[in-house]
Amino acid sequence: MVVAIALSLIGGCGGRQSAFSVFGVEAESTRTLTLAMSVAAGVLTVGVVWLAFHAARTPAGRLDFTSGIRVILWLGAIGPTALLTLLLLFSLPRMQTLPVGESDLGIAVDGEQFWWRVRYLPHDSQVVETANEIRVPVGRTVAFALRSPDVIHSFWIPGLAGKVDMIPGRTNDLVVRATRPGIFRGACAEFCGLSHARMAFDVVAMEPDAFDRWLESAARPAVAVAGPGRRLFDDYGCGSCHAIRGHIEGSPIGPDLTHFGARRTFGAGTLPMTTEAIAAFIRNPAVSKPGALMPAFSAMSAADAEAIATYLAELR
Amino acid sequence: MPDRAIAIPDQDDPAVRAAQEDRLRAVWAPPRGLFFKWTDTNNNAVGSWYTLTAFGMMLFAGVLALIMRAQLAVPDNDLVDASTFNQLFTLHGSAMMFLFAVPMFEAVAVLLLPQLLGARDLPFPRLSAFGYWSFLLGSIFVAGSIFFDAAPDGGWFMYPPLSTEPRTAGVGADIWMLGLSFIEVSSIAAAIELIVGVLKCRPPDMRLNLMPLYAWYILVVAAMILFAFPPLIAGDILFEMERLLDWPFFDATRGGDPLLWQHLFWVFGHPEVYIIFLPSIAIFAMVVPTFARRHLLGYPWIVLAAVGTGFLSFGLWVHHMFTTGLPNISLGFFSAASEAVAIPTAVQIFAFIATIWAGRLVWSTPMLYAAGSLVIFVIGGLTGVMVAVAPFDWQAHDTYFIVAHLHYVLIGGSVLPLFAGLYYYWPLATGKKLSDRFGRTAFWLMFVGFNLGFFPMHFSGLMGMPRRVYTYPAELGIGLPNLLSTIGAYLFALGVAVVVVDLCLSPRRKLAARNPWNAGTLEWLALPRSEANNWGVRSVPLVQGRYPLWDQPDFVRKVDEGRYFLPDAEEGKRELVITTVLDARPLQVARIGGPTVVPMLAAITLGGVFILTTFHFYWAAAVSGLAALGVILWWHSMGTGIIPEKAEKHAGCGLMLPLYASGPSSVGWWAMFITMTADATAFGSLIFGYFFYWTIHADFPPDSLPGSAGPGLFWPMLALASVLVGWILTIAARETNARRRIGLARLALAVAAIATIGGGLAGLAGPWFTGLDPGLHVYPAMVWVLVLWIAAHAALGVIMQLFVLARSLAGRMTPVYDGDIRNVTVYHHFLALSALITFVVIGFFPRLT
Repeated sequence: MVVAIALSLIGGCGGRQSAFSVFGVEAESTRTLTLAMSVAAGVLTVGVVWLAFHAARTPAGRLDFTSGIRVILWLGAIGPTALLTLLLLFSLPRMQTLPVGESDLGIAVDGEQFWWRVRYLPHDSQVVETANEIRVPVGRTVAFALRSPDVIHSFWIPGLAGKVDMIPGRTNDLVVRATRPGIFRGACAEFCGLSHARMAFDVVAMEPDAFDRWLESAARPAVAVAGPGRRLFDDYGCGSCHAIRGHIEGSPIGPDLTHFGARRTFGAGTLPMTTEAIAAFIRNPAVSKPGALMPAFSAMSAADAEAIATYLAELR
Repeated sequence: MPDRAIAIPDQDDPAVRAAQEDRLRAVWAPPRGLFFKWTDTNNNAVGSWYTLTAFGMMLFAGVLALIMRAQLAVPDNDLVDASTFNQLFTLHGSAMMFLFAVPMFEAVAVLLLPQLLGARDLPFPRLSAFGYWSFLLGSIFVAGSIFFDAAPDGGWFMYPPLSTEPRTAGVGADIWMLGLSFIEVSSIAAAIELIVGVLKCRPPDMRLNLMPLYAWYILVVAAMILFAFPPLIAGDILFEMERLLDWPFFDATRGGDPLLWQHLFWVFGHPEVYIIFLPSIAIFAMVVPTFARRHLLGYPWIVLAAVGTGFLSFGLWVHHMFTTGLPNISLGFFSAASEAVAIPTAVQIFAFIATIWAGRLVWSTPMLYAAGSLVIFVIGGLTGVMVAVAPFDWQAHDTYFIVAHLHYVLIGGSVLPLFAGLYYYWPLATGKKLSDRFGRTAFWLMFVGFNLGFFPMHFSGLMGMPRRVYTYPAELGIGLPNLLSTIGAYLFALGVAVVVVDLCLSPRRKLAARNPWNAGTLEWLALPRSEANNWGVRSVPLVQGRYPLWDQPDFVRKVDEGRYFLPDAEEGKRELVITTVLDARPLQVARIGGPTVVPMLAAITLGGVFILTTFHFYWAAAVSGLAALGVILWWHSMGTGIIPEKAEKHAGCGLMLPLYASGPSSVGWWAMFITMTADATAFGSLIFGYFFYWTIHADFPPDSLPGSAGPGLFWPMLALASVLVGWILTIAARETNARRRIGLARLALAVAAIATIGGGLAGLAGPWFTGLDPGLHVYPAMVWVLVLWIAAHAALGVIMQLFVLARSLAGRMTPVYDGDIRNVTVYHHFLALSALITFVVIGFFPRLT
């Protein structure tokens, strides 16, 4: 039964946020390790259980005291020691981190309750701030600098690499290299409060040229369309938490919204980029993100919310 | 003392025996009546209540899990909201660990240890009762919080800053911290009781290498509790100082570091896993030989493996922190150590297999559970080796893979063995066998349900499901494994329900025979229920092998006819044979306390301190603390160190034994020594904290801070000198008292008390007069915590010195009967040592950096 379930599950192990849908060198190395260890664990389990049942069926006296001690010595002590030594030799080299050069792209990510502040730090141009979506160039080394201003979060893109915690007062590093383009997903892996389950992000691995073009466009200010939404954004004081480069300098408390409409999702990877969803979120964020710091604009009329949402969705 | 004429009773005479039995029955009779029966302190009563309460807590925590599984059955479910879900998983983990697994070990050990050792009770029955009442009160407090929507919600590990910041953590965090600290105190009380029980209350001639393996495991596990819980208690202190007083131990903006909590928590948390797992393996070590019909093969291997596991388990804690960004070199070290712990575990498993192989297996319900748990535990152990490999753990950490792994380990390695133990020992506890049919049905429901529930979690984890999420989106593709998990969880619960029904039907079933499994160890001396008594063994046997019921001819008859030790209770006192630690040579007949309300009152008043502090009722908490102090002093003055009416008595077999012992041959001295070992471990954890902060800061103490020069040298050195004077005078009092210079001894004690309290106050004066503000930065906060620790211990030390002085003045401590001052001296050794370390560190260290 266990085997049947296992097989049926392995078949469906893909998905955008799976350690089996690999698109990075670390995740690939770990996947090999995982499969090797799982097979070994399976064989050992069957072996031990078979031996136990064999022992139970053997009549008394077949195994004398000395042979019994030998079973303990060889199967209990020497065998495991040898296997574990092998495992250690096999696994320790996999802990090495990729070397980082001066010219490699740095991305600073801050985990905040319950979203991700993302800053691209190209060595030859200005810092580009965005939020809740991470784009990486395929084939190039990228160094993440991971921090948190509030509580502990953990930065995990299963298809790319293992997770690293974001701890207040510390900066942790994670060096990755994507191996194929695609749209993947990452999530917060350390329990961080009410909306821990709703703290994810999209990860887009792009061909290097496409990535460079995207980063250039991301550095530009928003092409903000004049209209009721833009005015209402100001009237409701949204700028006291959000910045939109090219429209309002704003305050960096909440996620940067400059190219908001160009992202695939919002609300830290959890909500579809539709005007309905945006409007509903503005009026009551706690419905989809309990514990979020953004206040509810419950007094806002549906029409106003709709207008702001339309404006935001057009920010590309 | 064979030259003295001893009137040896004629055990051949049935009338003599009947009279002895009447006296024993009267002495050991449990108290009766609706209220008074709760004043019982005998291990049978306390152990049963303890076990039932812990079992109830398991059911409670299990129901919490079922609600969680219902919520997670399908994607984007909204059966419970995020806040409730966070309380559910926090309380599920915390309750399973602190209210079920650890107390269950203590409960079963309290219930069984005296029987395993052919003893009548534990050395400190009132301490076990105190531990039980503390546990009950603490459990109700912590578990009950969920009914008021006030349960802790930061995860069972309570990581700061999420759990310390007032913005993100409510009263639940304090309920966790203070409620569980209270329970930790009771765990340490039980550990002390059990260690002394194993070391000093074995039957004559049961050398250490003849002990039943269960007793070895109790010894190892209790010692682990002694070293594992204090770091957590130290962490709790820092945590609550931050919560209640805003001292910034874990606040990075003021020099603190959330990682210190993780270190202290996991130095506790990892040994904790083995604290839970080893006692269940201990049950196997009793069950397997019985049904393999032979001695356990490889006894010394198992003992070494158990001790080795205990040691290694303290060197693995960092594998819970592989993703925190520690240097790879330390990850490699802890990775290797974590894998290494699999070796002693394998030794134990193969020793059991070899025993079954060499013997003739009799199939039974307990063995069915044992076989099932072997399968599950092996899988859990191997996934444990997998997560010990750091690169794999970077993926698996904090995902459902870990949820699967830990449940395979804990249900395979702890819960199912407990069910094996339940079916095995139920006849011992109640005189009736449980139903094999119910037992087997329940087993298969649990076994299938468990694997269906938890095996898919390996996959949902690696497919991207983090732990502690109240919901997940459909697009992750983990709906199917989660649905299977939910169905499995309910099947497992159904199996548990069948066991509960079986337990409820048990009173209707007929009585089982004596020793129904035909086992070879001492606990099965228990008489069938029809001849029920509360005295334990009829006489305390002389033990010459590991399976005396199988190997010593006529053993049971001789025990039953009172031909061994203490067959009588001539003076109407509850008595135990105390033996030496290694060889179990008889040393003393110790008298222990009987039923009393004192332990319950002590637990209620001490619990009041923790519970009232949670809600910031500081004055009420102080009053409750004073009441606790009063009750404990009353307890000690009335119930301990009683001077016997004669120096020695006939203990049976022609042996005369003293009725009083002091110093290392007494149980009280050992209890004090062991308590202080735990206390010193907590203190060591605080010192570790001081140096931890030093390692993470370029300047510690920080230059920019007022009072950055530290508390200076004058006050710390004065404090140290003063504490040391108090210590030397305490030793002097002990020596002069022993030399019959009672007046001098009393004077020394009085001056010692003044010096000790002076030392505590001078310690506080240092940071006070140099203006160290603990709210500003972690450095002054750390200095304050250390001097407060010393001051509180000095205050306790003074109370003890004055208590001894009062005992001497009341004629209840004499040059011969001097246990009190010897025990108090042990306390002051430790106080002097911790004062030395504290004041040298806070006085000199700032000058070095």
